[in-house]
Amino acid sequence: MPDLSRSEESASMGSEQPELSEELQGRLLLAERTDKEINEAVLRPMFQTGLGFWILIGILVAIIALGMFAWGYQIRWGMGTAGINQPVYWGLYIATFIFWVGISHAGTMISAVLRLLKADWRRPITRGAEAMTAFALLMAAMYPLIHLGRVWKFYWMLPYPNSRLMWPNFQSPLMWDMVAIFTYLIGSMLYLYLALIPDLAMARDHTGGWRYKFYRIFGLGWRGTEGEWHKLGQALRIFSVIIIPVFLSVHSIVSWDFAVTIQPRWHSTIFAPYFVIGAVYSGLSALAAILIIVRKTMHLEEFLRSEHFDALGKLILVAGLGWFYFWFSGFIVEWYGNEPVVRELIHDEITGELAPLFWLQMVCNVVPILLLFSKRIRTKPWALLILALAINVGMFTERFLIVVGNLQRNYLPFNWGEYKPTWVEISVVAMTFAGFVLLYALFSRVIPYVPVWEIKEGRLRYSLRRIGRLLVPTAAEIE
Amino acid sequence: MAKAAKPYADHADPDQLRRWGMVVDLDRCTGCQACVVACHAENNIQIAGEDEALIGRTLHWIRIERYWEGEYPNVKARFMPVLCQQCSAAPCEPVCPVFATYHTPDGLNAQVYNRCIGTRYCGSACPYKVRVYNWFAPEFPEPMEQQLNPDVSVRQRGIIEKCSFCIQRIRRADLDASLEEREVEDGDIQPACVQSCPSSALIFGNFDDPDSHAARLARGNRAFRLLDQLGTDPAVIYLKGGETNA
Repeated sequence: MPDLSRSEESASMGSEQPELSEELQGRLLLAERTDKEINEAVLRPMFQTGLGFWILIGILVAIIALGMFAWGYQIRWGMGTAGINQPVYWGLYIATFIFWVGISHAGTMISAVLRLLKADWRRPITRGAEAMTAFALLMAAMYPLIHLGRVWKFYWMLPYPNSRLMWPNFQSPLMWDMVAIFTYLIGSMLYLYLALIPDLAMARDHTGGWRYKFYRIFGLGWRGTEGEWHKLGQALRIFSVIIIPVFLSVHSIVSWDFAVTIQPRWHSTIFAPYFVIGAVYSGLSALAAILIIVRKTMHLEEFLRSEHFDALGKLILVAGLGWFYFWFSGFIVEWYGNEPVVRELIHDEITGELAPLFWLQMVCNVVPILLLFSKRIRTKPWALLILALAINVGMFTERFLIVVGNLQRNYLPFNWGEYKPTWVEISVVAMTFAGFVLLYALFSRVIPYVPVWEIKEGRLRYSLRRIGRLLVPTAAEIE
Repeated sequence: MAKAAKPYADHADPDQLRRWGMVVDLDRCTGCQACVVACHAENNIQIAGEDEALIGRTLHWIRIERYWEGEYPNVKARFMPVLCQQCSAAPCEPVCPVFATYHTPDGLNAQVYNRCIGTRYCGSACPYKVRVYNWFAPEFPEPMEQQLNPDVSVRQRGIIEKCSFCIQRIRRADLDASLEEREVEDGDIQPACVQSCPSSALIFGNFDDPDSHAARLARGNRAFRLLDQLGTDPAVIYLKGGETNA
């Protein structure tokens, strides 16, 4: 590991114990650090906001302003300013909505599932993953509003006592959607916050000024007593278990928005698991990309090491293989069934007008799976970054094809149509991407990006024990 | 529990059960589009204009689908009027989150304009693609704004609308009949498209009355329903066109 700041020490340790693997050396390296050094290494980058950072913020704010203008323009003049039409009633907005919900899935996947499985490598990346979940969901939650024809009446979907003496229609998948997304949003935010409390308290003890006031409020007076740790551990365990069914339900329900209709190619029983696995695939890739960028810009090389990217790459590989399996299972049945409309849709996708998008999707989603088999590629940040971004391009295209591609054709050929997004839609979609990056960038400067207490806890796991004259690396069971 | 007094005519009265339906005789349709024009005038449907029509944003509640058959020079044009099929098992109804579309006791698939919030889910779910959307605020080129029908509301931008079988005419006929203390008779009610069809290709009536003109035609061996395999149970019966529809 050439980019480790304390490489001289690891080299010296290596000469003493030549049989130690690189991976173990990395783990032991952190074990050697004191609490103070770890605190400092995490807190330091939070205060470094160079010119580049503020330029980035400026650009993001400009994009968001444009998007807000476009949204306002659409509200003022009508949905006609977007490119949707009859029969393509849902377009780029809904495709991006699915994309963001998908991105939000990896956070819980990483932190809850891996926490339950006691996978040790999760420790430094859980916070980044949970933050990604919360912010991606916030972006996703905007789309049901953005695509409403009368957004000023959005509250009619909420169950509240009203003069119309009516409930919303709980038969509608859109209601399920709303319930699932709000549950997941609240759950994932609480989950993010719970694990944050000890670190906010740590930051409180090392800062002054407005930051001190901020951390003092949100640190909830954490003192780190035995009882507090016990309760936190218990709360996190409960949350980890509860949030997994929620996370599975969210994308299943999003898929049922489509699957419960009788639109050809939407009406499919495999949609729910297919959407969930696709969400995990794109979410994990997005997480890998974000981690690589944050690691570089915030100099967290010490915490986010190649072993983490290796493990993350393996997870992406598994999710990718699963995605391809589900895609193929759906595709082969529809293709073999050879129903006229479905045949037309498949023909259109593979050799017709949508072929460039389809093949872009296939190349971006399948080639990374093959490359990720190589450990050398998994552990090279720049290679993993390219693959992760490619997967996200592929998954975005896939969602676009599912929504738009299948709406363009239907049972009565007279109603076939085309769809082209307008500047309004593109600006609004750009707004949510900029909003996500902005929230994430600000978050990384205010909140300790690496969960310090989890690192410290994990540090106890690996240590060098002296047995006789030999130094032996040991791994202990904790929790 | 005592029944509350109802401020409106009770259409759910079992003695009066009705199932409104339409018969479309494809042999008679000439594709003249008179029904489309009459429907626009009757129901205050906004005029989308040429540019919008080109990108699939016409708001016709009834449309004439034209299909070409054969190769040049032996080409035939086939016409098929398609309107809301008023399905009994309508795919558009359960998906609406705010109950803007629901089923009336007399078998109509009704759309409540003021309740619609514009998710367009019903439009995506409808296999016939007969639900149209107000992409912009309604505009009527001069002098058409002078002839708006006072019985029908003009719809706001951002909501879905669709064929109602001219429900205002059905309710008017009910009221007239009850004032004259008689039953509504077959032929009393004519939606605008039926009234304007020069070749009488469209026949409207009560399918629950076996003697109605529409019910008698619907029993013929030319009868079929559009996309019947989907199980939507439409209330529009088509009569297959033969060689005469050339």
